[in-house]
Amino acid sequence: MKHSSFFWFVLPSAVLMILFIALPIVSVVTQSLYQEHEQVIIEVENCGPFGCTTAESVDQEATQALREAEPLGQWAGLNIYKDRNHLAFAEVGEAWTSRINMGDFFDTLMNLPFYSAIAFTLTYTAVVTPLTIIAGFLIAIGVNAVARALRGPTIFFSLLPMIVTPIVGALVLFWMVDARGVLGTALQWAAGDPDLSVKASTPLMWAMLMVYGIWSSAPFAFIVYYAGLQTVNTDTLEAAMIDGATRWQRIRYVVIPHLVPLTTFIALIQLMDNFRVFEPIVSFSAQAHARSLSFAIFNDLGGETRLLSSAAATSVLTIIGVAILLSPVLVRTWRDFGKAR
Amino acid sequence: MSKATRMSPTVSALAYGLLGLWLIMAAFPFLWTLWGSFKVEGDFFSKADWANSIFGTLTRVETGGSFTGDGYYGAWVQEEFWRAALNTLIVCVCVVTISLTCGTLGGYALSRSTYRYAFWFLLFALMFRAMPPLTLVSGYLLPFFEWNLWGHLSTTIIVLVAINQPFTLWMLHAFFKNIPKDLDESAMVDGCTRFQAFRHVIIPVMWPGVITTGLFSFLLAYNDFAVTTMLLSKENQTMVPKLVSFLGTTQTKGNVMFAVAAVVSVTAPLFVMILFFQKQIVSGLTAGAVKG
Repeated sequence: MKHSSFFWFVLPSAVLMILFIALPIVSVVTQSLYQEHEQVIIEVENCGPFGCTTAESVDQEATQALREAEPLGQWAGLNIYKDRNHLAFAEVGEAWTSRINMGDFFDTLMNLPFYSAIAFTLTYTAVVTPLTIIAGFLIAIGVNAVARALRGPTIFFSLLPMIVTPIVGALVLFWMVDARGVLGTALQWAAGDPDLSVKASTPLMWAMLMVYGIWSSAPFAFIVYYAGLQTVNTDTLEAAMIDGATRWQRIRYVVIPHLVPLTTFIALIQLMDNFRVFEPIVSFSAQAHARSLSFAIFNDLGGETRLLSSAAATSVLTIIGVAILLSPVLVRTWRDFGKAR
Repeated sequence: MSKATRMSPTVSALAYGLLGLWLIMAAFPFLWTLWGSFKVEGDFFSKADWANSIFGTLTRVETGGSFTGDGYYGAWVQEEFWRAALNTLIVCVCVVTISLTCGTLGGYALSRSTYRYAFWFLLFALMFRAMPPLTLVSGYLLPFFEWNLWGHLSTTIIVLVAINQPFTLWMLHAFFKNIPKDLDESAMVDGCTRFQAFRHVIIPVMWPGVITTGLFSFLLAYNDFAVTTMLLSKENQTMVPKLVSFLGTTQTKGNVMFAVAAVVSVTAPLFVMILFFQKQIVSGLTAGAVKG
């Protein structure tokens, strides 16, 4: 394809992506280097019959004018990154010097908003991704083994948790595990503790969020694996059987190697999606127990005072996280394509 | 069935058991919520006995019947959920149309170009695909406030199209790769320009891929919460942020049931969509994986 026609064909997409994905990244980086203007304080002297007192008050007009003149705020350099809500260098340094043992140090670290967010995000990604793949694989094997007539309906219902709006899917589960809901009651009965409440316990909340994660993305892994299973070479399978391979050995040595490339694909998509976990935390109103990086940004942006700079700094740190997460995949894709061309 | 895939009764029982368990996990929560949406709050969240939510004991006491449409009435009429539904419809139709128009042009060019920059383009799109939407949203807010773009449906539509673009490009690129090159190249030998070849030869055969990609664009727009909640004003809200706003006011009695009714209302169109387009969705999910 000629350079010029390629250019005109990709132009609309390219413009959209540059305007609304590349430039916002630049804008986020810039914003994170500025901080809000302080309010302009003026001293007012009040003179009454008993002498004069000076009081400080906020000059609303001047503050407003300053904010309008420089909407980004004042230059802050890397201060926002260093403050308590982000990398918290001072707090971490202090915790390190005054630590009693490592456990104590990590406890302090987990009380800092950014570190607890990154801990949750990474734990979530690390737990949900492999379990999703395993669950999807088992369902695919199961569906492949049942009668052909049952496969259509199975796929239909399996798609539901994945297709449904994440907020909605998470709410549906959340209402069921509510202490007054059917699963909540079942849990209380199973644990023998009538006061057990998922909402009140941090470990249970983390577990529940991860269960939601697996529930909602297992169908994706299942569908991809199921499609892969349809292309397994039956001759190889029969040959393996004639050679005396058991069912397990056939899965282990014929089916699984065939599915490895698909696993890379699923893992890549899942890593990207799990790292941005956000909606279930809103649905579960889990912010007291678990916050992800995305939720931290959401929290800064929402509400009366929009903490744009703070959100921007967290965003930059998140983007760096995504880059680190993706780097092995990118290097690999780059090499593969390099060979192919 | 070939000999290699025949199995012993135990293995078969295991497979059916596993599958049954999964099916219950996948479908039961939705059925439960659908059933419960026609009850009163005292039954949906029953302190006394979980079975109340099946038989609707309190619903009968409070309303006289075993089923009540109060939640739906409250959400759709009283809280004007229909407005949000209308906004969602507008957003989804526009996002799908614009995404597909830009995406087919771009995806086609990417599948036909043999130069290295096409590969770099796709790699950048993959990186953009990985960006959490909220990091981008925090970059939009200040410029949008400054230029008075915030709060309009049209801004949200363009932003959603842009965020969908990387995914759309990858998917359509995979589909166009499967359409033989000879088709449009022979048209060009016959004297068509590149665009004419695209218009008269490729467009008539591309619909299966475009419909599948369209379904996923629709889902991304329909299911979005991060962008719509941050970029739309209260008057322009789409369904998902509106639904979440019901939750913020759960303390007043009955409001939870509005949220439950809204949840069922949001799920229903998706249910119908799977019913009609199951094959396309499955082929879309596998397109990226199986074909590279």
